[in-house]
Amino acid sequence: MYISGFRYRGLTTAVPANVLALGVVSLVTDISAEMVTAVLPYYAVLVLGLSPLAYGLLDGLYFGVTALVRLAAGHAADRWQRRKLVAGIGYGLSAACKLGLLAAGNSVGLLGAVVAADRTGKGLRTAPRDALISLSATPETQGQAFGVHRAMDTVGAFLGPLAAFAVLGATGAYDAVFVVSFAIAVLGVVLLALYVRETPALPAQQGVRLGPALALLRLPPFRRICLTAAALGLVTISDPFVYLLLQKGTGIAPEHFPLLPLGTAAVYLLLAVPLGRLADRWGRVPVFLLGHLALVGVYALLATGAPYWLVLALFGLFYAATDGVLMAAAGPLLPAHLRTSGLAVLQTGQAVARMLSSILFGAAWTLAGPVPGLVAMGAGVVACLALWKVVR
Amino acid sequence: MRKALILAAALLVLGGGALFYTVRAARVVADGGAAAFDLARPGQIVVRDGRTGLVRGSRTRCERFATASGTGICLVTDVAKTYAVVVDRTMRETRRLHIAGIPSRARVSSSGRMISWTVFVTGDSYNTSGFSTWTGILDNRTGYAVTNMEQIPLIKDGRRYHSADVNYWGVTFAPDDNRFYATVSTRGKTYLVEGDYGKWEARVLRANAECPSLSPDGGRLVFKKRMPGGAWRLHALDLATMAETPLAEQADVDDQAAWLDGATVMYAKGGDVWAVPADGTGAPRLLVADASSPSAVR
Repeated sequence: MYISGFRYRGLTTAVPANVLALGVVSLVTDISAEMVTAVLPYYAVLVLGLSPLAYGLLDGLYFGVTALVRLAAGHAADRWQRRKLVAGIGYGLSAACKLGLLAAGNSVGLLGAVVAADRTGKGLRTAPRDALISLSATPETQGQAFGVHRAMDTVGAFLGPLAAFAVLGATGAYDAVFVVSFAIAVLGVVLLALYVRETPALPAQQGVRLGPALALLRLPPFRRICLTAAALGLVTISDPFVYLLLQKGTGIAPEHFPLLPLGTAAVYLLLAVPLGRLADRWGRVPVFLLGHLALVGVYALLATGAPYWLVLALFGLFYAATDGVLMAAAGPLLPAHLRTSGLAVLQTGQAVARMLSSILFGAAWTLAGPVPGLVAMGAGVVACLALWKVVR
Repeated sequence: MRKALILAAALLVLGGGALFYTVRAARVVADGGAAAFDLARPGQIVVRDGRTGLVRGSRTRCERFATASGTGICLVTDVAKTYAVVVDRTMRETRRLHIAGIPSRARVSSSGRMISWTVFVTGDSYNTSGFSTWTGILDNRTGYAVTNMEQIPLIKDGRRYHSADVNYWGVTFAPDDNRFYATVSTRGKTYLVEGDYGKWEARVLRANAECPSLSPDGGRLVFKKRMPGGAWRLHALDLATMAETPLAEQADVDDQAAWLDGATVMYAKGGDVWAVPADGTGAPRLLVADASSPSAVR
């Protein structure tokens, strides 16, 4: 189960082979996904002739579908104890969507449907994949396992846009980008099938019903973490707003605008493993909560117009301290046979809260300007952290 | 061992397939246009060829193109860099501005002096519901250029309007090279604005009118109006009476129309250029197949 590890700051670390395999699958899949993400607006506007407004509408749709799919996928994976299969269906659906982009042709409606199906695939695979990571690592090394996985995932996010623009530069053809992206996505599915192992199905757990999965919320520690994550999600400003505020505040040339997320990703990449290990030692919940102080820092810097690299660094730190760490904190609280459903509930709650936060912050921005919105969100984060002690 | 073999086979098939497709896609070469292309030849309709991306008949590649009075504006994207290139009647480059973003609209005033364009600026776009447009105006006589007009003082309901989220797009200039019309979006709504280039001021005329296109006589606008179902329909607006008339085109049109003559507009729809009378009568007809960015040379 374990391959003996590499030397890391004088410590011998062991990362389960299954986690590494899932990391490679995510890395490859993220290259494929980010290739499409990088060129999709160009394709929609230049080739399909969509106006920016129409593209914005296309892009903002279908959130509700993915939330439901995520919960259903978690339930199905637990019911049949087939996490790898459900994740594989999700990876496969997203791969097929890359060809769907070609098939959609000039139809805006079809393109919207393909984008929605792609997101459905992402919704299907996330919880079973995280459950596999969680079940493959020991309870003591959850933080490290998720850190390694998230770091590898982020490497893929770096390589995707590079690959996309290399293909586009060589051919000038968007369909070539989609075909290459499809081939890479299929490679991800092949790697999953060959090298990711299903964690052993657990005895005497046949016939998981919806009831017990929802009853997880009656477990006090898990309920507490779900409520906290959702509450913090409500006061977390989504990435696009952070970059838009940065761009407006600092006058970064729009051609460099797409590079801003890479700055965040670089810091996330560097810190995901160290912070995961730190979380294993100090406690995952404290690291998750303290990570939100970095978010408060991001808000303060955005409101005062501090240098952009500092904002990106803190934002990357926030992700490194909270994203994988939250899964690492929640996983061991859940019985193994219900882990996928539990993580799906947690992720869905967080995603819905962040969706609401985007709507609220967008409204606050247009009505009162960005600074009052930032102050309100920052106060909200601090209040959530203070309430952690109280909520049961 | 068996796994490694399967993986190697998959790599071979997938890598080979991707490479084959990429090489084949790269081989689609542009057909060379005539060397003696004349942008100012009266009566012609200049378009961008949908298959090659060239201005049809020339050797110039553009994402968006417009021309009037022997001056052309070509928006061109080179991987992630975008330029606004001004060309003369022989398609020779006379000016080049580095602009950033994805080309969306391009226009030249009837005299050839005022040139405008809109690009679409996007960050990482997954789960983005916001977007940003940068609209630029170039005075081709003086060479003075504004690359993002969002700071122009805006009057709405008789008062100076301030908001961080204003976005402009789709500029069209009047024959006097000073009055212009454009779309502004703010707080989730779009408005038609009338601008004064010399005074550098804009005021809101009405709501829900995008991508205006001014008639050659300067008296009427054709624009796209957002319908309750979400589709855009072409409408005409008489600027003297502010009376609005839906055009006979029933389909969803997402383009800034251009005037074919004093009574007809043309626009891109489904990869072709179509024409329809500008007074609500008649029916749409196919004008140029497999093309976009039409300009009628007068």
